[in-house]
Amino acid sequence: MSKEKEEEEARVGVFVCHCGSNIGGLIDCHKLAEEAKDFPNVAYSEDNLYTCSETGLAAIKKAVEEYNLNRVVVASCTPRTHEPLFRECITEAGLNPYLFNFVNIRDQCTWVHMKYPKEAYDKAKDLIRMGAAKAVKLEPLDMVMVKINPAALVIGGGVAGMSAALNLSRQGFKTYLVEKEEKLGGRLNSLYKLFPYNIEASELVGNLINNVQKAQNLEIMTSSQVKNIEGFVGNYEVEVEKNGSSQILEVGAIIVAVGSSLLNPEGLLGYDGKKRITQYELEPKLKNKELKAKDIVMIQCAGSRNDERPYCSSVCCMTALKNALNIKEQNPDAHVTILFRDLYTPGTDYEEYYREAREQGILFVKYDVDKMPVIEENQVKVFNEYIGTEMIVPYDLLVLSTPLVANDDNKELAQMLKVPLEANKFFLEAHVKLRPNDFATDGVYIGGSAKWPVDITESISQGYAAASRASTVLSHETLEVEGATSSLPEYNKSLCSGCEICVKVCPFHAIVKNENDEIEIIQALCKGCGVCGATCTNQAIVIKHFTDDQIMSEILAYGGK
Amino acid sequence: MSFEPKLLGFLCNWCSYAGADLAGVSRIQYPPNMRVIRVMCSGRVDPKFVIRALELGIDGVYVMGCHIGDCHYLEGNYEAVKKFDMTKKFLSFIGLDNRVRLDWVSASEGVRFGEVVTKFVEDIRELGPSPLSGDNPDLKLLEKVKAIREAASDNRMRALVGRQRKITEEENVYGEKVSEEKFNELMDIAMKDEYKRNRILLALEKDPKSIKDLAVELDIDPSIILEHMLTLKGRGLVDFQKIIGNTPIFMRI
Repeated sequence: MSKEKEEEEARVGVFVCHCGSNIGGLIDCHKLAEEAKDFPNVAYSEDNLYTCSETGLAAIKKAVEEYNLNRVVVASCTPRTHEPLFRECITEAGLNPYLFNFVNIRDQCTWVHMKYPKEAYDKAKDLIRMGAAKAVKLEPLDMVMVKINPAALVIGGGVAGMSAALNLSRQGFKTYLVEKEEKLGGRLNSLYKLFPYNIEASELVGNLINNVQKAQNLEIMTSSQVKNIEGFVGNYEVEVEKNGSSQILEVGAIIVAVGSSLLNPEGLLGYDGKKRITQYELEPKLKNKELKAKDIVMIQCAGSRNDERPYCSSVCCMTALKNALNIKEQNPDAHVTILFRDLYTPGTDYEEYYREAREQGILFVKYDVDKMPVIEENQVKVFNEYIGTEMIVPYDLLVLSTPLVANDDNKELAQMLKVPLEANKFFLEAHVKLRPNDFATDGVYIGGSAKWPVDITESISQGYAAASRASTVLSHETLEVEGATSSLPEYNKSLCSGCEICVKVCPFHAIVKNENDEIEIIQALCKGCGVCGATCTNQAIVIKHFTDDQIMSEILAYGGK
Repeated sequence: MSFEPKLLGFLCNWCSYAGADLAGVSRIQYPPNMRVIRVMCSGRVDPKFVIRALELGIDGVYVMGCHIGDCHYLEGNYEAVKKFDMTKKFLSFIGLDNRVRLDWVSASEGVRFGEVVTKFVEDIRELGPSPLSGDNPDLKLLEKVKAIREAASDNRMRALVGRQRKITEEENVYGEKVSEEKFNELMDIAMKDEYKRNRILLALEKDPKSIKDLAVELDIDPSIILEHMLTLKGRGLVDFQKIIGNTPIFMRI
């Protein structure tokens, strides 16, 4: 039972986190905590080495008890990662989770003002004063319960998507696997062998497709495309189109496993599609054992790790090693030279693979991005960084290790799902370390190369990871979701003029005029954006947790003299 | 010593706040002048928040949201634009419009977040301190800002700006679609009227006054004041207090 303290005067506890040296290394957290004691309604404050640690959380609980605190402010990192933890902590201490307020003095202060310790201190102090002022005005809120439809949609039938779908269906959840191509398998269909154990890609994809087809609860929809997505966690309605006809799928969670695309190599390093091809065009030649070339040169980072595409495509080093070894296996007399900038072969197996390539006589030449290899008709001129001189390497087949790139239609899907893309147009996860397979949006998860180019092993792991994350939602009959929604409180009903502008601006159709001709806000549909409140002509709508009063108190705490 | 602007930023939770966090994670360095208030959506930023901040002497206010088309709440940023445009236009009446800015920063634009904040700090630094800042704020201007805040909070302006997209993009209750141009014209007139009306109301709050007194105090033509006074009386906001000689004295209700 939570203690009902809302009627009491606010007693705010302020906890200033050093975050090791991330904050404490630049500004004096102890002094900050001491000065915070002078802010209105602050009944207690302290500084912690890590407020998020067991010790820190225990300190919060102890202080709530000892000093009878009814509001808690933590000044540390970002609510985007740590708010749930502290909300849980104060819940355990007997407070409503919404009586917690986060102040960001790391990501938005000490990390970005490293050369200005004094100003950063002043800023942190202002932010804490503002945060404490808002905390005073915070009100306890109830979470909203939503029913969960125990069905999942996996978008993308490649190795990540199939792994995810298989996992979910085996857990007993109705699963839809939507693939836009005619055939499942994705990139695996175009590969010959897989590193590091050289099993045939067709064997893996065959097994996977077989398992997916046999799986119970799993509905495969090929040549199908997602056209529209509506709803919220536990209750999505997804329109899927196949051959011009649409179908609505009702699911509780969605996994994005759309993979990545191949870079169009036209115009890149002499590419002609015949004598100068990409690794992906080499694969079928190896598969069909039709490779005649004797002198093969491979160029790594062809079109990646440059200004246009600054990222490392991560799979190309191993792909080059694999194809080089396969060439050697088919034709031991062939000469393979790999021109590289940096060679990434992480882990024991991959490093061993590299060693084997060297033992097989594959030649490695390091080049620098400022001195790109010059491609001539039958030879490559390359400046060898190791020996500091130009080399001429003859070739009858040039293979470019081009990067995987984001799909062109990622943006469209991202907009439907309301999830972000990163600078290279891959999908952006909620947090690279803390929530690597989640989106910030509840009920939507990600796995495989849609997020970043990854190899098959990693795609499988991520497919399972995304499925596991989705099952944390699907396994519940009901789920508590954000209670910070908009509302038309009883005491404000007389203010409502019935203009219905709120009904029109609400993008989620959460506001209706009911049978009594009164405005009604459906809590489960409301996502708490607050647009209706900022629009309400008579300011009758209250945006819980971001009320006018709360925001004004922050403004005043900063601007007030 | 060079002037260091005191700035406030309203950042939407999903894009700009995340972008600001990314700037931190990437250790992008930018000037420490801006304090941040997190809101769930840029469409939550009520015009009165921005105006109130200026009123308190804050030198500049930045509103940031998701890029158009990328709003986590589908269309919140479209609403943000309308509200911000109105706010800015109101502020242009008193020359404070260049102290507010609206921008889009996505969750992946950490570098850009640093850049736009740096630019805003530089621009406001060049502009100099707000006439409303410091120990001796321009009290006449302060009255005007208050009138603007009142006008922007008034249900007429809120109804207009709230319906703007519906009226200009779809159609009004009579099934007519109003062009953006025509709408802006109407909006302009309404804004100027409501601004003056709120100035009158604020002036009457202190003590009852005649039209003539108000004309002098507010530097507005007496005939215009009279016109607005009748509207205000119609709305039940002012009334006759007494008549001295032939001059009626008005008071705030």
